[in-house]
Amino acid sequence: MYAVRRWSVRHARGLEIFYSAFERVFVALHPLWNAIGYERLEKPVAVVEKVVKGFLFDCQMCGQCALSSTGMSCSMNCPKNIRNGPCGGVRANGNCEVKPEMKCVWVEAFAGSERMVEGKKAIRVVQIAVDRRLEGKSSWLKVAREKNAKAKP
Amino acid sequence: MRFDDEPVPGYPLPILPGHTSPGRLERVLRAGAFAVTTELDPPDSADPEDVYKRARIFDGYVDAINATDGSGANCHMSSLAVCALLTRIGYAPVMQISCRDKNRIAIQGDILGGAAMGVANMLCLSGDSVQSGDHPQAKPVFDLDCMSLLTIGRTLRDEHKFQSGRKVTFAPRVFFGAAANPFVPPFEWRAERIAKKVEAGAQFIQTQYCYDIPRLKTFMQQIEDIGLLGKVFLLIGVGPLRSAKAADWMRTNVPGIHIPDSVIKRMAGADKPALEGRQICIDLIQEIKDIKGVSGVHVMAFRQEDTVAEIIQRSGVLAGRVPWYPGRDTLYQSGQSEKETT
Repeated sequence: MYAVRRWSVRHARGLEIFYSAFERVFVALHPLWNAIGYERLEKPVAVVEKVVKGFLFDCQMCGQCALSSTGMSCSMNCPKNIRNGPCGGVRANGNCEVKPEMKCVWVEAFAGSERMVEGKKAIRVVQIAVDRRLEGKSSWLKVAREKNAKAKP
Repeated sequence: MRFDDEPVPGYPLPILPGHTSPGRLERVLRAGAFAVTTELDPPDSADPEDVYKRARIFDGYVDAINATDGSGANCHMSSLAVCALLTRIGYAPVMQISCRDKNRIAIQGDILGGAAMGVANMLCLSGDSVQSGDHPQAKPVFDLDCMSLLTIGRTLRDEHKFQSGRKVTFAPRVFFGAAANPFVPPFEWRAERIAKKVEAGAQFIQTQYCYDIPRLKTFMQQIEDIGLLGKVFLLIGVGPLRSAKAADWMRTNVPGIHIPDSVIKRMAGADKPALEGRQICIDLIQEIKDIKGVSGVHVMAFRQEDTVAEIIQRSGVLAGRVPWYPGRDTLYQSGQSEKETT
């Protein structure tokens, strides 16, 4: 929902704190996820993720969440899917060129990032091309799997 | 500017140390000259002569010609084809690549193909949305954005591989550019975004139309403050306005165009608006030229391309320099051959 999405950007700092705690727990539970099986968890976790992030951010389930780097404003809501915005078409009032009634996702992103600690630096990092195979998949499980793989060389 | 090591005029130049392309635009910029680029309105036609006719009117006044890639999401001859035609006779095109219509497979193929056809400059864009063009029913692709595109282009050139990691036997030697619009919000982040583009691989920037010098100066100050001066060549976009009405229409209806009221007023008060539009453009160029960190201008005279030569000539920015065009060196060559025979 648009109003909730904008609320999330206004509370980017709180969400950043919450998510980093959540991520730590989620990643620490790797042995449990592993025992159940990541494959088997994929569908139910993706459903939960979609509901939660869908409500908070209008998440589009790209499967490679960048919210921590985009001021808690989901860049997949940009009509051009720009992961490194904003484009040059932003209106004088800061709204989107394609959807004039919507605030530019990236104007929001920079505003949100200003409120964050890590997010303030993260927004300056270039986001690489999206892996379209991950669409619809859980980003949380991906993080848990990758962080654990990295920990164990 | 004539380079000593120019083998046959118009053909790719040897790549100098520190250069990434065999192109003339990179040469001119790195040599410190004030560069002039322009935009060719691609024809709605399959006749190559339509391309050459549109290129010829810039002869002697521009260092490179941008071939737009379905700009405004309108259908025209492709930028790759326009570039291929232009390089055949030696012009230095800037191939625009938009992420709107092609995925990464097609785009990487075009980068290789373009470079093989002698295209030395490529401009990486996200692209206008399909809604703004003549085919709003089309599927917007946007597999990449301008920055992931730059990253992929640079990987092709410097690491000799596709995004997939598969090797390329002969890497494209390209001078990569990107666009910028310092004249729309969020202003405080526009310079930061250029920093990201430079990090992604942009070597030159062409901006949206500039009609607001104070805003440009603020932006250039931001560029300096974040330490970007000298790390990227900035070419500022300019263009002649046709009338006060047209200018007002543009700023209301074309996304990303900012024209201050003072400019509209000046246009409205003129006896000959078209002439005044050109004069405003010349005045802007002369002011832009003196701003620290600016490397050139990008003249976009949509549907008034015939005014570009006059604007550049009257602005005096070339300072006597004659950019290469087919036939420019005929005199020089005949002089040389005479020397050789004697």
